[in-house]
Amino acid sequence: MVPLSWYLILSAILFSLGVFGFLLKRNIITIFMSIELMLNAVNLTFVAFANFWNQQAARLPYQVVPLSGQVFVFFVMVVAAAEAAVGLAIIIAVYRTRETLNVDRVNLLKL
Amino acid sequence: MTDTSLHLWVIPILPLVGAAINGLLGRRFKNGMVSFVALFFTALSFCWAAWAVWSAWPARGLVALPYIETHGNWIWTSTFSAPFGFYLDQLSMVMVLVVTGVGFLIHIYSVGYMGHEGGYYRFFAYLNLFMFFMLMLVLANNYLLMFVGWEGVGLASYLLIGFYFLKDSAADAGKKAFIVNRIGDFAFLIGMFLLIQHFGTLNFGGKEGVFSKVSELGIDGGWGWLTITALCFVFGATGKSAQVPLYVWLPDAMEGPTPVSALIHAATMVTAGIYMIARSNAIFSRSPHALGVVAVIGCVTAIFAATMGMAQTDIKRVLAYSTISQLGYMFMACGVAAYSMAIFHLMTHAFFKALLFLGAGSVIHALGGEQDMRRMGGLHKLIPWTFWTMTAATFAIAGFPPLSGFFSKDDILGKTFESPFAGHLLWTVSIITAALTSFYMFRLWFMTFFGERRPDADLGDAHSPAHDAAPAGRGHDDDHGHGVHESSWVMLAPLVVLAIGAVVSGWAGIPQFLKGHNEIDHFLKPAIQTPAEVAASPEGAAARPPAEEHTESTGVEWTLAVSSVAVAGVGLFFAWLLYYKRRDLPDRITSKIHGLYLLVLHKYYVDEAYGAIFVKPLLAISTSVLWHGIDQGVIDGMVNGAGERSQEIGNQLRRMQSGNIRSYAAWVAAGGAAVLVYMLWHSLAGVSK
Repeated sequence: MVPLSWYLILSAILFSLGVFGFLLKRNIITIFMSIELMLNAVNLTFVAFANFWNQQAARLPYQVVPLSGQVFVFFVMVVAAAEAAVGLAIIIAVYRTRETLNVDRVNLLKL
Repeated sequence: MTDTSLHLWVIPILPLVGAAINGLLGRRFKNGMVSFVALFFTALSFCWAAWAVWSAWPARGLVALPYIETHGNWIWTSTFSAPFGFYLDQLSMVMVLVVTGVGFLIHIYSVGYMGHEGGYYRFFAYLNLFMFFMLMLVLANNYLLMFVGWEGVGLASYLLIGFYFLKDSAADAGKKAFIVNRIGDFAFLIGMFLLIQHFGTLNFGGKEGVFSKVSELGIDGGWGWLTITALCFVFGATGKSAQVPLYVWLPDAMEGPTPVSALIHAATMVTAGIYMIARSNAIFSRSPHALGVVAVIGCVTAIFAATMGMAQTDIKRVLAYSTISQLGYMFMACGVAAYSMAIFHLMTHAFFKALLFLGAGSVIHALGGEQDMRRMGGLHKLIPWTFWTMTAATFAIAGFPPLSGFFSKDDILGKTFESPFAGHLLWTVSIITAALTSFYMFRLWFMTFFGERRPDADLGDAHSPAHDAAPAGRGHDDDHGHGVHESSWVMLAPLVVLAIGAVVSGWAGIPQFLKGHNEIDHFLKPAIQTPAEVAASPEGAAARPPAEEHTESTGVEWTLAVSSVAVAGVGLFFAWLLYYKRRDLPDRITSKIHGLYLLVLHKYYVDEAYGAIFVKPLLAISTSVLWHGIDQGVIDGMVNGAGERSQEIGNQLRRMQSGNIRSYAAWVAAGGAAVLVYMLWHSLAGVSK
């Protein structure tokens, strides 16, 4: 059986990739994809921990609700889907007005 | 204390109720309703006061005097308490009757005098408010409650001096009166603090009161704390009672309506200082130095004010200086420890001076607002009632027997003559003052009522600016053009009653050498300790030394009385000569001694001197240091500085808002990393333990 730490390490790698992608890329689409990557890294930790606690359930002083971690992942996926819809709509709107997807040139929100 | 309760608290409360009704609702009332409310409550207050005095009349012995009545605690701490207490003894009996009686008469008069003025309800609300505070002042059982009344009458005085508040001079006069009084009040407060420090109480009577505690002390022959306390009280009294050096507000206070001048600035409020000193007689009698100061202040004030009064041409200002001068007499009487004579003169003065002011008001009313005596003249046939009542008052103040002023003034002169403290000097000054008093009063009398009418007299340069603005704000009924008309009976009735008082009130104190009994002196005696008594029995005033009256031989007393009448006659003669017989003489005399005349005409330039010494530097310091320095520099500087600093910091911080999404994200990531490091650090530290 794969131990919990492996999942967590993989999740951390994925999350870091997302962070660096977010920070270093200039294309909004790529940045957006990096955000999705971070979200899914977190989803991975959710399912990993859920599985881990289910296995440990017998040794815990409290009752573990089965599948609670997995259900959270579905919530995150739903929110991510909604966010993807809104985010892509914003990206299209930005492209229509600025005619670029370079975030460095979309910096009007400042004094 | 006895079982019978006099409910003294009702006496001041009644006018307060009247003031509240008129002040809050009076705007909607008709004039008749306003005057009914004001007069009703004042009359009720007078009746209650009369009933209380009658119930507690010493000769009847029904109520033990001093009578003390307490209604709960006002201030109550572990070391000091001030109850709502009322105190009735012979002294407050005289005062409460004078205040309510003369006050009621002046209320009646005001109905006629103020009938055509705007703000009718406001006037009566203020007047009733004044009555409330004045009665608190005279009935209080501790200095603190007295101080409430003391400040309250100052407030009422301010409101009423500035009654024609659209007129700059009136508003300024009100402010001047208030500020000058505050200076004296400050000293009064310090005196009270000293009493609290040493006695822990401010109550007058009772076992733990100031009077019983002070009687355990001996005479303070030096400058101990008792003398300092007394001097603080004296300074407070100089403010309220318009004595040197704080008398300057009273002449200006004549900007108020004439009934106000009569009630507040002649008959009652300005006598509060004398009442306070007489009330504190137990303290003053133990402090010869303070008494000396009182006598000197009174003496200086009496003669200075009298000389200033000689050159005034505004009828009310003459009376104002006369008031200051007469108050100086009362001070002098207090200063030679003849407190009962001071109160006696206070009472007779209340009658004749209120009458003089009301008479002057009647003259002013008759002439449609004219206040300058040079434009009067020949009125004695036109307004006979006013003339005859004014005549009674003039002869009374000048000191002709058997009118009231003769007895009270003669008593004071006699006491100053007997006084060991520079007695003959005081007597000399006061007899000169008596001559001057007679002169300026008869000058007023002749200029106003005799000679020919001169309504359009050319007044030259000396015309007072205050007068120029006067008619504008006043809506005196001038239906008859320049026709002179006698006032209505509402105004004449109080004149007649006061005239009777001015004639007969002196008979309460007919001295023994005139086959009288000097009842007022005997009446007030239980409420008063003289230095002789203190010296005789330092343990307390209860053991009264054997009567040592008639230290003066009857012959000396006769001489003094005759001389005081003689100087009054001299004053009358010169006034007759200069202002009736040879009207050209005054101008020739004044041109001969032009410098001296100008000095007196400008009131010795005291106002100007005060302006240069106190007001201007104070204004300059306030402007340059307090305003520009502290207010604008420090306080505004702190406030504005805080604003400017935060603006600068914000200016720096706003550079973080680059609009660059990736820099924002970097901040977030850095923050997350920092949290992560922190948590790891702690968990590792926990593990290593």
